[in-house]
Amino acid sequence: MWYYEKKLQYPVRVSQCNPMLAKFLIEQYGGADGELAAALRYLNQRYTIPDKVAGLLNDIGTEEFAHLEMIATMVYKLTKDATPEQMKEAGLGAHYADHDKALFFHNAAGAPFTATYFQAKGDPIADIYEDIAAEEKARATYQWLINMSDDPDINDGLKFLREREVVHSLRFREAAEILKEERDKKVFF
Amino acid sequence: MNKQLPQEYYQLLEEIQAVDFVLVELNLYLDTHPDDYDAIEQFNTFTKKSKELKIVFEKKYGPLMNFGRSFSNYPWDWKEAPWPWQV
Repeated sequence: MWYYEKKLQYPVRVSQCNPMLAKFLIEQYGGADGELAAALRYLNQRYTIPDKVAGLLNDIGTEEFAHLEMIATMVYKLTKDATPEQMKEAGLGAHYADHDKALFFHNAAGAPFTATYFQAKGDPIADIYEDIAAEEKARATYQWLINMSDDPDINDGLKFLREREVVHSLRFREAAEILKEERDKKVFF
Repeated sequence: MNKQLPQEYYQLLEEIQAVDFVLVELNLYLDTHPDDYDAIEQFNTFTKKSKELKIVFEKKYGPLMNFGRSFSNYPWDWKEAPWPWQV
């Protein structure tokens, strides 16, 4: 089971109301390489991955939910004081029509979240390499977002999240080696 | 939720966030390096530190965790501390 802790993993601060930036950040909320897809991917794969790396999938999957909450907090704070007119100007008119200021799991272009964003192959090597790729894609997305954002407070949070992708990728690469070692172990009777 | 929070709330919270970040890092590292004795020692030291900081924080600002991982005052004070997206 899980417990909730009433704190963010890293402080999220926002310089000013900026719904356009929120529209871009939603990519990491409900997009293909976003935090929801990451959390669900790892937590779903952990049941059938060998025991030696199940703990890592469990723990990184759990951390992804903390990142999802950081992204949600950014989006919430960037839009909470926006007028309907500002939402419309930022390209969030269609979002406002359906959701007001509520968050919704879709990507920056408005495509709704789908489970087809990630796979569970049941083959440990195939699954762990998908996980490495997922981290690299998420890292790249954070970089593109930082490139477009001129909010120094938001960028501080985005840089933290980008670095976490780097660390996760490294841990998954180590896990890939552990899996190969297990696979190649000779069995003696 | 517009309760004005003292600067100390943010300081204490950030201290907890810093210590808990060390724990996340050590935890993931140990998941792939389970035989690193020094890292386990560090992990246990920081676990103790984290628990101590949270006792101090919760006395002042209410429970951090649900489902029995934190104590409650009377009346039920889960709602006392603000939600993380409100601060």
